[in-house]
Amino acid sequence: MLVSKKWLNEFVDVSKLSGEELADLITKNGIEVEGVDVRDVELKNIVVGHVLSKEKHPEADKLNVTTVDIGEEEPVQIVCGAPNVDAGQHVIVARVGARLPGIKIKRAKLRGVVSEGMICSLEELGFEKKYIREDEQDGIHTFREPVTPGQDVLELLGLHDEVLELGLTPNRSDCLSMYGVAHEVAAILQTKPSFSPVSVNEEGEKTNVSVSLESEECPFYAAREITGVTIGESPAWLKNRLIANGIRPINNVVDVTNFVLLETGQPLHSFDAAKLGEKIVVRQAAEGERFVTLDEVERTLDPSMLVITDGVRPVALAGVMGGANTEVDQATTSIILESAYFAPASVRKTSRVLGLRSDSSARFEKGVDPNRVLLALDRAAGMIAELAGGRVLAGVAQAGSLNTEDRLIEASVSYINHRLGMELPGELMRELLERLGLGVELSGDALTVSIPSRRGDLTIPADLSEEVARLYGYDALESRLPAEASRGYLPKRNIQRRLVRRTLQGAGLSQAITYSLTSEERAMQFNEQQDLHAVKLAMPISEARSTLRTSIIPGLLEVAQHNIARQHADLAFYELGSVYLQRDASFEELPLEQEHIAGVMTGLQEQHRSQGVLIKTDFFVAKGIVETLARATGSSLTFEAAVRRSMHPGRTANVLKDGKVIGFVGQVHPVLSKEQYGLKEVYVFELEASAFSSDATVLYEGINRFPSTSRDLAIVLGRDVPASDVEQEIRQAAGPLLKHVELFDVYTGENVAADKKSFAFSLRYQDAERTLVDEEVTAAHTAVTDALVARFDAELRG
Amino acid sequence: MREQLETLQQEAIGLVEQATTQKELNDVRIKYLGKKGPITEVLRGMGKLSAEERPVVGEIANSVRGAIQERLEARLEQVKEEEMAAKLASETIDVTLPGRIKRVGRPHLLQQVTDEMEDIFVGLGYTIAEGPEVEQDLFNFEMLNLPKDHPARDMQDSFYITDEILMRTHTSPVQARTMLAAKGAPIRVICPGKVYRRDEDDATHSHQFMQVEGLVVGEEISMADLKGTLEAFVKRMFGEAREIRLRPSFFPFTEPSVEVDVSCFKCGGKGCNICKQTGWIEILGGGMVHPHVLEMAGYDSTVMSGFAFGMGIERIAMLKHGVDDIRHFYTNDVRFSEQF
Repeated sequence: MLVSKKWLNEFVDVSKLSGEELADLITKNGIEVEGVDVRDVELKNIVVGHVLSKEKHPEADKLNVTTVDIGEEEPVQIVCGAPNVDAGQHVIVARVGARLPGIKIKRAKLRGVVSEGMICSLEELGFEKKYIREDEQDGIHTFREPVTPGQDVLELLGLHDEVLELGLTPNRSDCLSMYGVAHEVAAILQTKPSFSPVSVNEEGEKTNVSVSLESEECPFYAAREITGVTIGESPAWLKNRLIANGIRPINNVVDVTNFVLLETGQPLHSFDAAKLGEKIVVRQAAEGERFVTLDEVERTLDPSMLVITDGVRPVALAGVMGGANTEVDQATTSIILESAYFAPASVRKTSRVLGLRSDSSARFEKGVDPNRVLLALDRAAGMIAELAGGRVLAGVAQAGSLNTEDRLIEASVSYINHRLGMELPGELMRELLERLGLGVELSGDALTVSIPSRRGDLTIPADLSEEVARLYGYDALESRLPAEASRGYLPKRNIQRRLVRRTLQGAGLSQAITYSLTSEERAMQFNEQQDLHAVKLAMPISEARSTLRTSIIPGLLEVAQHNIARQHADLAFYELGSVYLQRDASFEELPLEQEHIAGVMTGLQEQHRSQGVLIKTDFFVAKGIVETLARATGSSLTFEAAVRRSMHPGRTANVLKDGKVIGFVGQVHPVLSKEQYGLKEVYVFELEASAFSSDATVLYEGINRFPSTSRDLAIVLGRDVPASDVEQEIRQAAGPLLKHVELFDVYTGENVAADKKSFAFSLRYQDAERTLVDEEVTAAHTAVTDALVARFDAELRG
Repeated sequence: MREQLETLQQEAIGLVEQATTQKELNDVRIKYLGKKGPITEVLRGMGKLSAEERPVVGEIANSVRGAIQERLEARLEQVKEEEMAAKLASETIDVTLPGRIKRVGRPHLLQQVTDEMEDIFVGLGYTIAEGPEVEQDLFNFEMLNLPKDHPARDMQDSFYITDEILMRTHTSPVQARTMLAAKGAPIRVICPGKVYRRDEDDATHSHQFMQVEGLVVGEEISMADLKGTLEAFVKRMFGEAREIRLRPSFFPFTEPSVEVDVSCFKCGGKGCNICKQTGWIEILGGGMVHPHVLEMAGYDSTVMSGFAFGMGIERIAMLKHGVDDIRHFYTNDVRFSEQF
C-alpha cells in the first residue's frame, strides 16, 4: 500500500513530521514501512510557462524557437524539440538553474540559438510512462486547467509530497485504505483522525434498478444510478492523488471509484447503465460459462466463481474484475455504481484459479469493512455527480444485509499481563486501546473492549495483548528466562548421528547436503525395490527437481561431477539424510522417510607424492570405510557379492546386518557413471542409518592376562571361493579358543594352478583362564585344517 | 722394573689415545691387560723378587694397570659416543619435507551452525524434536491456524504432492505434532530440519533450505520469557556484546508476533553494508503461541501459554560467515566447504 503523506494529512496532522520520521514511527509500532519516496527530491525551479510564439529553428528542422512567459518581466527564449509545442499553450518550464532528475539546466546555445531553459515532458519530471496521457507520451505536457505563468509546477502536479510504502501483513488489511492508515497513525501520534462527513444529493426520480442475490457468497449488494454524466478527464488534483498512490488515471468515473477505493478500502465498480439494463442478479457461474473481462481476456468460469449478471449473462466477476460488455466508455451517459460485500474465500479462490489479481480482489479476499459499503457508494456517487456532471437518482438498489455492529472482546488485565510477562496497570491498557479508536470498559480486572468492524483482525483477547504490546513498545518489555527448570538433553538419535559423522569425517569424507528433489529418472536410479512409487510434485518448477529421492547417491554423484569439472579429482563425500519411500499407490499415506548414510569416493584416497605414496580409491577403500563405521558404532556387518541396478556387476557387495540387507557398497556401473555424470571410476555406498545405532549398554569383560599363541595357515583352494566363507569355516572349526583371524596374503599366479588361489591366514588362540598348552592349540588348529580340506577341497601348503 | 712398567704405561696410554674404534681399544686392552700381556708377565715374575721389593713392585704394577684401565674406559665411552654421533649424522633427513597429512573430512557449514544451536538450546533446557518433511496439509497449515482459504497462505508458495500432502514449508508442523504428542504437558524443544518452498533458486532463494523452530509451552510462559531466551541465544551465537530488538509482526500461529533483529555483529550498530546502514539485522520471527493453535493441539489456552520462534539456518550461516550466495550450501564445491 502506497500512502501519500499529503493525502494522509487531510485526516491526521502529520505536517510536522518528515516522511522518514513518520515511517520510523509507523514501523516501530507494527507496520513495516518499506520505503519513502520523496517525490520532489530531484526537482527544483520548475514553473508554468505561457508559450507566446513559436518559430522554426533556422538551422534545425526538428527544433522550434519559442518565447515563453514564465511570470517574469521579460519572456525568455527557449529552443524546444517537442513535436507538440505550440503558441498559446501553458507548459512546464525548467528555468535556468533548475534541477531535473540527472540534469541541471543551464543557459545554452542550440545550433547557434540561445535557449534559456527547457520545456519539459512529464517523463522528464520522473513520471512513469503509464501515468502520462497517450497524446503526451512523446511530447511535452500542456496544462488544460487555468494556470498562471510563473506558478510552481511541482505544486500543481502534487509533487511536494512524500509517499510511504507500507509492507502490510495479511492481518492488517484495514490499512489498505487511507482511512485505515489514518486511524493507525492517529493512534501512534496520540490524536484523533478526522473524516469529512459523506453526503449525496439525490435528484429526480427513484432508480429502477433491482438487485437479487442467489448466492450466499454475496451477503450484501448495493447500487446507485447516476444519469446525465459526461465522461472526460479528471481534474489535476484527482489524477495527482491516484498517481501518487500508484494508480493510472483513466476517466472521471473510473478515477472516482479508484479514489474511493484508496480512501475507504471499499472496492467499487461502475457499469454503463445503457449496456447493463435495470436488473442485477448475483449468482454462481455455470460450468464452462465464458466471459470477457475488462482486460479483454476471455475467461472460462466454473460454479465456484461468483458473477454479477444482468439476469442472463455475466457482467462482472464479483470482486475481481468487471466485464468488457458493460464497460464505461466515452459514449456512456448513465452509470450504475456497485458497492458490495463478497465472501473473502470466494474472491480469493476465483482470483487464484484465474490468475487474476486486482486492487479490488486484494481487498475483498481479506474482508472489507461492512460499515463502509454504503458510505463508499454515497461518497463515489456524490463525487461522480460533481466531477462528471450527472444526477444521482433517488434511492439505493440493495439486497441482503451485513452485521455492522461492534464486536465485544471480554479480556482481563491479568490475562494480558500474563501473556506479556508484565505488570501494566489497567488504566494504561485502556488508554492504549482507546488510542486505536476501540471502546474500552475497565472494571477491576475485567477489560471489555468493543471493536469496530474496520478492525476485522481483532477477535480474541490475545489480539488485544498484541495491540497493547506494540503501542506500549516491545523495547520496554521485560526480558527473562522461563522460571521453571527443564531437563534439556541431546536425544540419543542426535548423539548417534554425531558419532557417524565424526567417524566418516575422521575417515576422510566431507559432509555434503544435497537436494531432496531430483529428476524422476535419478530418483529411482539406484533403487531396486519393486513396490516403490516415485513421489512426484503436482507442480514442479522443473523436471530436474520434480521427484523425491529414494537414494542419496545421484545427488552425491552430481557433487562429484561438479567438483571434477573444477579440477578437483580426488574426492570423498558423505551425506546423512532422508530418502522417501512410498509404498502406498493411492498416495494417501505419507511416504516412509528413511534416514540413510551414503558416500561417494573417486580419485586418490591418499597421496604423499614427495614420498612416492599414492593410494587409489578402489572397492576396498570404500568397503573399508563401511567397516570402519561399523567398528566405531559397534555394529557387526557381513558382505556378499551382489548384482544391483546401476552398479558394476563384479564390484558390488550387499551389506548385511543380522542377515538382512541394509545397504550396499561398490563401483557405480562405469557406463552409467561416464555417460550421466562424466565420472570414470567412482565408488559409492548407501546404508540405512538405523543399522548403526545401538541402545545396548556395553558391559566390561575383563582384560585377558594369559598369553596368546599364533599359528599361520596357508592353503590353496578354488579361485571362486569367497574369503568370507573360508573365514567363517575357520571360526566354526576352531572353537572358542580362536580369538582372532587375519587373512594376510592372497596369491594367484605362476606358483598355483590357473583355477586356484592361495590364502594365508594368521590365527590367534587364547583362553581367558589359563595359559594354553601346545597340544590344545594343535588340536584346534588341526580341526581347522581338516575342515578346510574337507569343505573346500583345499590343499595345505608349507 | 719400575721403569719398565712406567714405559708400558706410557706406551699403552699412547695407543689408547690414538684409537678411534671400539675394536682398536679392545686390541689395546688385550695387548696390555690381557692374560698374556706384559703387566701380567711382570706380576707373574714377582716370585723372583725379594720380600722387600715385592709389595713395592706389586703396588706399581697395580697402579699402572689401574691407570691404563681408567684411560681405556674413558676413551671407550668417548668412542662409543663418536660412533653413535656418526651413525645419527648419517640418518639425518630433511624435516621440512611435507608430512603425510591424513585427509580429514569436514562437517557441512549448515551442520556446524545447526550443532551449535542444538548445543546452546540443550544448555537452556531444551531437547530436540523432529517430524516428517513430506507433511499433511493438516499439520503444515490447518493446525497452525491457517485454514484452507487463509490469505496468509500466499506468503509461502508450496510444493504440493496431492491436495492433502505437501513438502513442509516450515518446521512449524513439528510444533503441532509435538504438542499433540505431549497431551497437555509442558514442552521445551527445538526442531531443526529441511523445508521446501516453490521458489526459483537464485543468490537469495533456494527451493530447499533449513530452519530451526523453537517451542516452549508451560503455565507461566510470557513474551518476557521469549525476549530473554532469544537474548541468551543471540549472545551465545553472535557474541556477548549483541543486543536484540523486537518489532511487531504477523504470523497466523502466534499472537502477538514479533520479528527479531540483532545488533549488527560487523559494525556493532554504527551502520555498514551488512546491516544496510541500520545497525540491525533481522534474523528470526516468533511470538506467543496463538490460543487457537494451543486449543487445536489439546491445551487449555486459559491455563497454558507458550512461545515459539523460527529462523533460517542458511540466513544465520550467511550472516555469521559472510556468505553471499545461498546456492553455495547445496553445490558442495570443495573450494567453498574447505573454508569452514
